[in-house]
Amino acid sequence: MNHLHRGLAPISAEAWAEIENEAKDMLSTALAGRKLVDVDGPLGWHASSVSLGRAKASSAKLAKGAAVRVREVRPVVEIRVPFEVSREELDAICRGAAAPDLAAVSEAARTAALAEDAFIFHGLADIASPGLVKDAEDRVMMGKDFDYRVYPDMVVEALAKLRLKGIEGPYAVALGPQCYEGVTSTTHAGGYPVLDHLRSFVDGPLIWAPALDGSLVVSLRGGDFKLTLGSDLAIGYLDHDVDKVRLYIQESVAFEVFEPAAAVPLFYGSK
Amino acid sequence: MTSGFHERHEDMTSTTLDFHRAISSLMEELEAVDWYQQRVDATEDEALKAILAHNRDEEIEHAAMVLEWLRRNNGKFDEQLRKFLFTSGPIVGTEGGHDDEEAAAGGDGSLGIGDLK
Repeated sequence: MNHLHRGLAPISAEAWAEIENEAKDMLSTALAGRKLVDVDGPLGWHASSVSLGRAKASSAKLAKGAAVRVREVRPVVEIRVPFEVSREELDAICRGAAAPDLAAVSEAARTAALAEDAFIFHGLADIASPGLVKDAEDRVMMGKDFDYRVYPDMVVEALAKLRLKGIEGPYAVALGPQCYEGVTSTTHAGGYPVLDHLRSFVDGPLIWAPALDGSLVVSLRGGDFKLTLGSDLAIGYLDHDVDKVRLYIQESVAFEVFEPAAAVPLFYGSK
Repeated sequence: MTSGFHERHEDMTSTTLDFHRAISSLMEELEAVDWYQQRVDATEDEALKAILAHNRDEEIEHAAMVLEWLRRNNGKFDEQLRKFLFTSGPIVGTEGGHDDEEAAAGGDGSLGIGDLK
């Protein structure tokens, strides 16, 4: 048994499979950051940091004539989302129930995806972990009362900023919920959908990114951003009683930005 | 030609034959490591002891090279070596106990999401 203690849970193999499929379905839809950045690992649950290959001089005096340098590392962050599953539903799965109620699994997976994306986009101040949006060198302001018919022009502006810095494509556009709704529900004067207009000149995917406010144009050429997995998203066991089994979705991750200019956020607000 | 075939040569694919060659080589290298180690212990001549230890370490290098070839050419070797090598926790804990227990608990727990780019 590993650190997830799954062997202690009163859950059959069929029920575990249902729980995992439910989580995977949500994660593959809701995770946006992993569709934009390089992913390395998994290194294992024991991995605690990623080497940055740098060292800082220390003022410590260990012995006369001895210089001290401290290696710089990026700590691995643990993200955990607990949830409960009804034992009645788990028993129903064993009886062959076709549509068990595993909404709690789905909701926990959605929260885990949001947390990972917030980590990738906005960083983590506690450990000075960088983020695609937080550390971006350029930005595009979309104006306060934004008309989505001009959204393609904003994306063109962001692409120009990337190209001016020599950052090649393909390029993806990650759209926050408000932006996604605006883009998908708006048409140009002649009835041509804004979404199709975008697709006509963006050579990478258009991605729904619920953790974003606004949107983000990102180069997918590789080598600019890296998510390192210690332990990839997994489901573990906490405890149970007669009615519920308490589980959690967990991962350990670190994030690095090598080229901050390779992502350009588009913010709502005045220029 | 290596010995140890249990099926007719013409019934096996070239992949299986190369797999057999690599496994045979790995077995030979590890056997040599074992022999050299025993001789290192047995000899009282310090110069010979040093030579035998050097040769043993060369065989370990050869074994590691063949093992890496196996990893690159066989998905299951790759999966298992990634799981166990260069870890520091309990090895049995990493493996997850008996296969039956792991299967009953629905695998190792990872959802296998990985890279979505």
